[in-house]
Amino acid sequence: MSDPIVDANSIIETLTLQGGFNTNAVILGTSLLGIAAGVIGAFALLRKRSLTADALSHATLPGIAAAFLVSSAMGFSGRSMPVLMLGAAISGILGVACIHLILQHTRLKEDAAIGIVLSVFFGIGIVLLSVVQSSTSGSAAGLNHYIYGQTAAMTRSDAYLMGGIGLFASLIALIMLKEFMVVCFNESFARSMGMRVWLIDSIMLALVVLITVSGLQAVGLILIVAMLIIPPAAARFWTDRLWKLVLLSALIGGISGYSGASISALFPRKPAGSVIVLVAGSIFILSMLFAPTRGVLADSFRRIQLRVRIARDHVLESLYEIEIGHAETEHPKAASWLIKLLCVKGWITRDNGQLILTDAGRTQGQRIHRNHLLWEQYLVSYADIAPTHVDWSVDQVEHVLSDELIHALILALKKRGLSIPPLDGGTT
Amino acid sequence: MIPQSIQTFLSLDLFPLLAALLAAISCGLLGNFLVLRKQSLMGDAISHAVLPGLVAAFLITQSRSPAMMFIGAAISALITVVFVEVIKRLGKVEPGAAMGVVFSVLFALGVFMLENAAARSVDLDADCVLHGNLQTLFWISSPDQWSSLFSTEVYSDVPRQVWTLAGTTLGVTMFVSLFFKELRIASFDAGIATVQGINAGFMHMLLMTFVAIAAVASFEAVGSILVIAMFICPAATARMLTDRLISQIFVSIVVAAATAIAGYVIASWTGVNAAGMMASTAGGLLVAAIVLSPRHGVIAKTLNQHRLGNQVALEDILGVLYRVAESNSQASVDQLVVSTGAGNRSKKAMSKAESQGLVTVSDGIVSLTTRGETRAASIIRRHRLWEGYLVEQAGLSPDHVHETAEQLEHFVDVPDQSLSKTHTDPHGKPIPPR
Repeated sequence: MSDPIVDANSIIETLTLQGGFNTNAVILGTSLLGIAAGVIGAFALLRKRSLTADALSHATLPGIAAAFLVSSAMGFSGRSMPVLMLGAAISGILGVACIHLILQHTRLKEDAAIGIVLSVFFGIGIVLLSVVQSSTSGSAAGLNHYIYGQTAAMTRSDAYLMGGIGLFASLIALIMLKEFMVVCFNESFARSMGMRVWLIDSIMLALVVLITVSGLQAVGLILIVAMLIIPPAAARFWTDRLWKLVLLSALIGGISGYSGASISALFPRKPAGSVIVLVAGSIFILSMLFAPTRGVLADSFRRIQLRVRIARDHVLESLYEIEIGHAETEHPKAASWLIKLLCVKGWITRDNGQLILTDAGRTQGQRIHRNHLLWEQYLVSYADIAPTHVDWSVDQVEHVLSDELIHALILALKKRGLSIPPLDGGTT
Repeated sequence: MIPQSIQTFLSLDLFPLLAALLAAISCGLLGNFLVLRKQSLMGDAISHAVLPGLVAAFLITQSRSPAMMFIGAAISALITVVFVEVIKRLGKVEPGAAMGVVFSVLFALGVFMLENAAARSVDLDADCVLHGNLQTLFWISSPDQWSSLFSTEVYSDVPRQVWTLAGTTLGVTMFVSLFFKELRIASFDAGIATVQGINAGFMHMLLMTFVAIAAVASFEAVGSILVIAMFICPAATARMLTDRLISQIFVSIVVAAATAIAGYVIASWTGVNAAGMMASTAGGLLVAAIVLSPRHGVIAKTLNQHRLGNQVALEDILGVLYRVAESNSQASVDQLVVSTGAGNRSKKAMSKAESQGLVTVSDGIVSLTTRGETRAASIIRRHRLWEGYLVEQAGLSPDHVHETAEQLEHFVDVPDQSLSKTHTDPHGKPIPPR
């Protein structure tokens, strides 16, 4: 291993922005870029433009190479950052325009259009890069860094430019917040409010272009799109509200940018772009697993809970039906843990190996049995299902009927003059 | 003796060209189904996402053993497919974003591992990932005698990538031809496939497996960018040229082969990067198809629309003349042009009607000839039948049906035959007999 040992001091110095002046500028700039990408990515995600952004960022390559060729032919230094960014922006926008043209004038679908633009523009870019490499001596090698990104080559002014653009883009997004929200949620509603959807979409696209071209040097054009997609997708697991989504996404983007740039500054050969994306990816995985609203664990917990409740209800219902003398009901075969749970709850007791309902358990069983009958009657009288066929589907539904729904069912059945099974009488 | 020029070709160009050709054909073949299923970007995602698997396999075995590399890449590809599904289902984000998350993280992981490996001066290069290393596929012991073409010796150092790609192409071709029926049904309508006893989900996984195989095999030689281009562009080009899946597949193979050869030739002439040039060529061919395709091309469609517009203008003039004659009045050329309201197009239609002998003009007054009257009567008949249909069957009020009938009269007959016996339209006007 050739990694030098990094001491705690230099870690703290870098993380608290007391490292070299250049390093600080790069870390700060990348953090701001991350925040801006998080904000704008959230809107791009809701507007279903995530992969359009991918095509856009790949499509910047021919622009970078062409800008280099043109400006060196005109006698300027080809590696001036603003010139390259301008070229990148132009060809990126051209790429998005091509997607629209393909969608409008051909029978090809969006996925194909995105893939076509992405690969063909990138291919042209590779061709132009090889032209650059053969026509100039060595000085062009730096252009390769725009593909994977390289913070080490960044100057302070490059970093300030990047941070400034990030700040500016976030500001525009804040100003346009209301319009963006409306367009993301309901395009036709926005139109009916007199909003010019195409204009708002174009502003959104312009912001995506800004983020993409300003992140080229630090993150690289392949991975910059990850900064637009991953933070909002991770934030999506935590909340359903848009402003929370935007805030969280900005936070995740900022953290990724900050830690990615710091780690890359501390260790050699840790390219900032991929470290940023890996940090964002880790946050995404953590969110996917542990977020309380949508996370995998929370979701499976709720599922298990429901399954336990259904199994529990089945036992109580069967015991109740046996008690009131339903001949066809079999004695429930329940797992021992379920029986224990029901005993602990005080709904059943065991008597010589036989399960017997307590009073509380009987009330529960009766309630479930009644739900079953109500839904059965409803299906027979309203959905025209033959009485011999209703039993199975009722077994599924009876457990999820809410109190309001039961009430509505009773009203509906009463309207038809059907008898309502009483809650305390037992049989119908 | 083999001439010097052919010898140079054999040793320097044959295998790069062959590798590119085989990669293009195997990716292009599978691409048809990706484009059809609207999953083009799955090819993109997989070809980005296999990188960490390849690098991991390389780092673990410290060799470029194709089997290990393939296992690594296949695991990555599997992770991609599964995770995209999981994220789509749980995160409730659009499929595109789910794909974007997975492949960008995996690609970042690959780049990260690659840079670390490069730190230990391992022979792996991040740039090769994108545009491959076609130029390294020499044939060192290429034959210098025609007779030695038949000895096994000269084939001993055929580059490994070429063998891998040849096997892949064979496998992909067999897969597509053996499972063509299943693939077609499962791609067009998963529901019908299930009814016919075809497991659509299984076909999807099988297709993805072959996509991964093709991506991995092509990856090293031609780079990921050409893999993506070949998954999508030939199939899209063929889609612009054909209407049947089977002919689309054959056309796409031809397009893929042409792309590889043309791209390679142009690249060697001009000395630019071959993989990049092939991707550009793929784009060029697609643009040509989009513009020039005889049925679905932009030019053909524009011409068609133009022709249709002229026909509508002509028929409108005949219609107006018929109505004018019905009310026993007369119309001048200018009045006609104004009343049909298509400006220049109406003027042109006017002179065309005259030259076709449908109308005659005397003293600025236009009147229908017998031929013109027959044609006009059939248009008016359709118009008035449509009006009747719209009132009776669609329940529109009589004063709302003219505009709709005015458009339909040019294209379609009334769908209801029972109306053909009626003699008057909702406004009481007579319907000309057939």
